[in-house]
Formats: sequence, C-alpha cells, structure tokens
Amino acid sequence: MVLVFAESPRGTLKKAAFEAVTYGKKTADLLGTTCVALTLGTVKNAGELGVYGASRVLNISDGTFDHFDSQAVAAAVATVAQKEGATVVVLSHSSTGKSVAGRLSVRLNAGLVSGVNSLPTVQGAALRVKKSVFSGKAVGEYEIDSAVKVLSLMGNAVKPVAGGAAVSVENVTATPTGRIRVKEVKTQEGTVPLPEAEIVVSAGRGMKDPANWGIVEDLANTLGATTACSRPVADSHWRPHHEHVGQTGIAIRPNLYIAIGISGAIQHLAGVNNSKVIVVINKDPEAPFFKAADYGVVGDLFDIVPRLNESLKKFKAAH
Amino acid sequence: MYVSLGPAKVGFTFPGISYLNHSFSNLFKMKLLVCISQTPDTTAKVSFKSDGKEFDAAGVQFIMNPYDEWYALVRACELRETLGGSVTALNVGPATNETTIRKSLAIGADDAVRINADPQSAGFVAKQIAEYARIQNFDIIFLGKETIDYNGSEVGAMVAEYLDLPYISYASKLELNGNTATLERDIEGGVEVLEVDLPFVVSAAKGMAEQRIPNMRGIMTARTKPLVEVAPVAYEESAKTVQFTLPPAKAGVKLVDPADMDELVRLLHEEAKVI
Ligand SMILES: Cc1cc2nc3c(=O)[nH]c(=O)nc-3n(C[C@H](O)[C@H](O)[C@H](O)COP(=O)(O)OP(=O)(O)OC[C@H]3O[C@@H](n4cnc5c(N)ncnc54)[C@H](O)[C@@H]3O)c2cc1C
Repeated sequence: MVLVFAESPRGTLKKAAFEAVTYGKKTADLLGTTCVALTLGTVKNAGELGVYGASRVLNISDGTFDHFDSQAVAAAVATVAQKEGATVVVLSHSSTGKSVAGRLSVRLNAGLVSGVNSLPTVQGAALRVKKSVFSGKAVGEYEIDSAVKVLSLMGNAVKPVAGGAAVSVENVTATPTGRIRVKEVKTQEGTVPLPEAEIVVSAGRGMKDPANWGIVEDLANTLGATTACSRPVADSHWRPHHEHVGQTGIAIRPNLYIAIGISGAIQHLAGVNNSKVIVVINKDPEAPFFKAADYGVVGDLFDIVPRLNESLKKFKAAH
Repeated sequence: MYVSLGPAKVGFTFPGISYLNHSFSNLFKMKLLVCISQTPDTTAKVSFKSDGKEFDAAGVQFIMNPYDEWYALVRACELRETLGGSVTALNVGPATNETTIRKSLAIGADDAVRINADPQSAGFVAKQIAEYARIQNFDIIFLGKETIDYNGSEVGAMVAEYLDLPYISYASKLELNGNTATLERDIEGGVEVLEVDLPFVVSAAKGMAEQRIPNMRGIMTARTKPLVEVAPVAYEESAKTVQFTLPPAKAGVKLVDPADMDELVRLLHEEAKVI
C-alpha cells in the first residue's frame, strides 16, 4: 500500500496535497496496490482526496495536530504506516514535508529521496526516482531498496488528476508527542505562495528603486502571478526576503517565469532554471539570462512592462 | 549566563559513558553544535565522472555551505557572545575539508570536530552527527536549511529523530530566553512563530543572522584552536545513486520585437501554452 501524508495547513488541503495524492495513486498503480491518504487534525475537505485517487482517507482528528510539530507528525504517520502495512510513504517537499521526511525515514528504517520530480520506475523490489540536484544544474537518479521507502514530492512536478470520487473519512488515533508550542502563524492571504505559483513575475536591480515596483505588481495582477525578486533586491530591503529566489533563496519551478531587469547570474538561475518557460526582459542584449531564456525582449523595462501588461489585459478580456 | 538543565533534558538519557562526566564539567555553560558541510562553489561548473555516478571535483573550488556559514554558524557565535558557552563546529568529511573547517573556527567557533569519512549520503551524515551529539549533551544543534549541492534538506530532521529532539526547520529568527527559545520558521507564504525548550535541532535560513567575514585575528587564532578527528560509526545505506545527468540544453532564446508585445502574448498562449 502507498500511504500519502496529505498536509493541510490551517485546516485546508491545498494543491500540494492533491499533487501528492495524485503521485501516490500513480505510484500505487505501478506497484499494483492501493493508495491511502492520511490527514492530521481538523481538516475541512479530507474526503475530497478520494477524487485524486485515494481509495481510503484516514484522519487523526486530535486538535493538537492543528499546530505543526515534526516530531508529533512523524510519529503519527509512522504509526499509521506500520499499522496499515505501507511500503511507500509519499509527502510533499514543502516546509512541512521537509521537516518530517527525514524523521520518518529514521523511524521506519526507510530509504528516503526528497524532492522527487517524476514518477518512480519499478526495479524488482526497488524503486528508482529522479530529482533535481546541484541547484538545478543536474538531475540525479536514485534507487531505494529498503522494505519501506519514503518519497517527498517537489511542488508543481505533477498535475493533480481528478479522476475518482470523494470518499468518507475513517477516524484513526495516535497520541501526539510534540514539544513545540506554536504561538502565531502569519501568512499573506490572497496570494499564492511562491513555491506553489504557476506564474511568477520577478524583478531585479534594473528596477532602480523600490518605488518603481507598481508596474511589476500590475503585471503580476493581470496574470494572477506571484512576485519574486533577485537577491540584491531582497538584501537591500526593496522587497521582503521571502520573495528572494535563487541558489540562496527559494528554488521554484513555475510554468512561466518572467524576469525583469535581472542579469541572470548563475546563482539566480540556480533557483529558477527548472521553470517550464522563461521570458527575459532586459536592456542589455549581452545579459547572461538570455542564454537560459525561451523568449527574450531587449529593451527598457519601464517602456516594455506597461505595454506587455496592456497587451495581456486585451488578451484576458478576449479569452 | 546560566542555563539550567530543563526537564526536557532529563529525558535525554543514554547509556553513554561520558554523558554525566561531560555535562558535569559544563553544567552551567550552553553548548552549541553547528554542523557544517562543504559544497562546490556557487559558480562551479557541474560535471560528473564518466560512469555518471560521482561528481567530478577536478578544478572545482569548494566552500562552506552558505546556509551553514552565513546563518547557522554566525547565529550560534552571536548567542555564545551574549550568553556565554561554547560553539563546536562539526563536519563529516575527509581531511581535505580542513580548510573549510578552519574557516568556521576563524568565523568564531571555539573548537571543531571532523568525523573522518566520505559524506556519502544524508542518512550516513545524520547518523554520524547523531552518534557524536548523543554523548555530548548539546543544547542546540544548528544546521543550514539545505546544502546547495544535493539540496536534500534531510539531515536535520534525521538527527532530531535519532536523538528524539524537537526540530525547527527553515528558521529565520532565533532568540533565547533562559531555557526557552522563540523562533520564526519560514512556511509557504509566511512565517510561524513558536516556542520550544532546550535542547532542540534547528535548520537556519536567511534572516537568522548576517554573513560575517573572518578578520585577521580570527584567522590567526583559528590555526591553534582544537580540531579533533573522530572515527565514523557503521551505517547501512538504503538508497544509492544510479546516475547523474545534465539537463538538456535550452533550444535557444526567441527574441520578440520590443514594439510588439501582442506578439509575445500570442507566443505565450499559442506556442508555449502557459497563459
Ligand atoms: C554565494 C552567492 C549566492 C548568491 N545567491 C543568489 C540568489 O539566490 N539569488 C540571486 O538572485 N542572486 C544570488 N547571488 C547574487 C548574484 O550573483 C547576482 O549578483 C544577482 O543575482 C544580481 O541581481 P540582479 O540581476 O537583480 O542585479 P544586476 O546583476 O545588477 O542586474 C540588473 C540587470 O538589470 C538590467 N537593467 C538595468 N536597467 C534596466 C532597464 N531600464 N530595463 C531593462 N533592464 C535593465 C541590467 O542590464 C542588468 O542585467 C548570489 C551570489 C553569491 C556570491
């Protein structure tokens, strides 16, 4: 059986959970077994995981799980995995999954590959999986041969497939064992977090001044995109540090990455080079970013970005 | 600063021989461990040996993993400077890593430990760190949020599980008040504020501290600070590398007339199919 730990930040299952269950279901199909999803705490729409391929959905409703503690989560997931006889455990490679996956691998004596980005191939009793390594500069293929295997799935690596029907949720129990006291969760509601964003509009030092960011935000609004920035922009506090992408910031893989006034230094590319399509707007035709781009516009961003926004608005109105 | 041994630590018992002796001699001093790893420089060209199984280090410059250096190590040194205690830097690696380890001493660690083994996997490294830390009774075990080569973000959680300690990943802030730490942790689209008692494991992200450039005095004293070599413990691997490959090269950029943004929109819709 493939067990998917479907995370539910602040009580709601989101794209990461649907992706993980879709991946779990496809992996289960490859292994000729079933996919079971586990949710923890108070969860609004747990049964919906059936739609993405879970044949059963389990929930530990203890409200203690509403606050995240990797120790408690790993213990609960491991307990369920053992009780239900899971051979593969799938979780999201998110802030939650990254804190839990290593713990689970120790608890279950399981081989772990974190951040996998494609379906496994079955090699007898072993599984082979791929992930991006060296900050996107290479692909690593690994084989796990332990009896239980743990995989964490990179965001935006599989598309959630809604092929099944909602199922009723079964209650299971496990005693929470955490020692962390969560005081407050501060999130920006209404925007898609960068790691989950399908379209990202990113800007660099070419913007000259933080007061100029209006044109970037307008473009992002038109596209329903999340905004990002280069490291010097975050370092000089022109933009919040959670927008910093690159080797020492967040690594992302959106469908569309639009880079405005960013030179494309190797450390910047390291965080964005897994994007499906890259558009670069830069006045310097020699900017290294053009070598990594799919589409390029050579010119002054202060002229180009507002006109691109107008063209997009026209397009959105017509479609 | 006097840090009492809180109740959490009482449960932290092992049949370790040196546990009691060690904690006795350091009863009132905070002990911080910073796990540092060595990675290729951010500008390194990535290539692999002909069997595709191993990174080709020929001609590559190595550095301390930036998160370990800039955030984990510096924050540990800051805490030691204000609260007293000691900072130990630990690296699992061959003798050739000693330049990197000395740099951690130059930045401010008091002493260093090198577990003499090839850091073959996250599981292996975590096991080594945990077995070393188990008998040393550290108050906080720091790591960087991930390494910039294998990007696993796995070691911290594994160490925490081996030692049955709380783990706070991607922490961008850490303040200590007596036995209790307040941390901020980066989560998708925001931060989580939390409290935890010593001891615990934490992985450091941007915001926790500011990068420090070692000064001349630091570099000089680093030469004479203790650097101990420790033998590794056995570990059974359950995942192995099949091969590394380089991603296919991009087809090349298509330049769009800057006067015609309708054309770019058309291409993104019809050709790239991303809007
Ligand atoms: C260890 C290390 C880690 C690093 N990690 C990261 C990281 O994670 N992320 C990151 O981004 N960087 C990182 N860097 C920094 C990186 O090397 C670059 O310095 C940085 O990415 C440059 O940011 P930028 O492109 O915004 O600025 P610049 O390099 O200054 O580029 C600005 C660009 O804007 C263009 N421009 C200027 N005016 C206009 C205009 N009017 N119209 C159009 N274009 C214009 C210019 O032609 C230029 O290409 C790291 C560096 C090191 C050493």
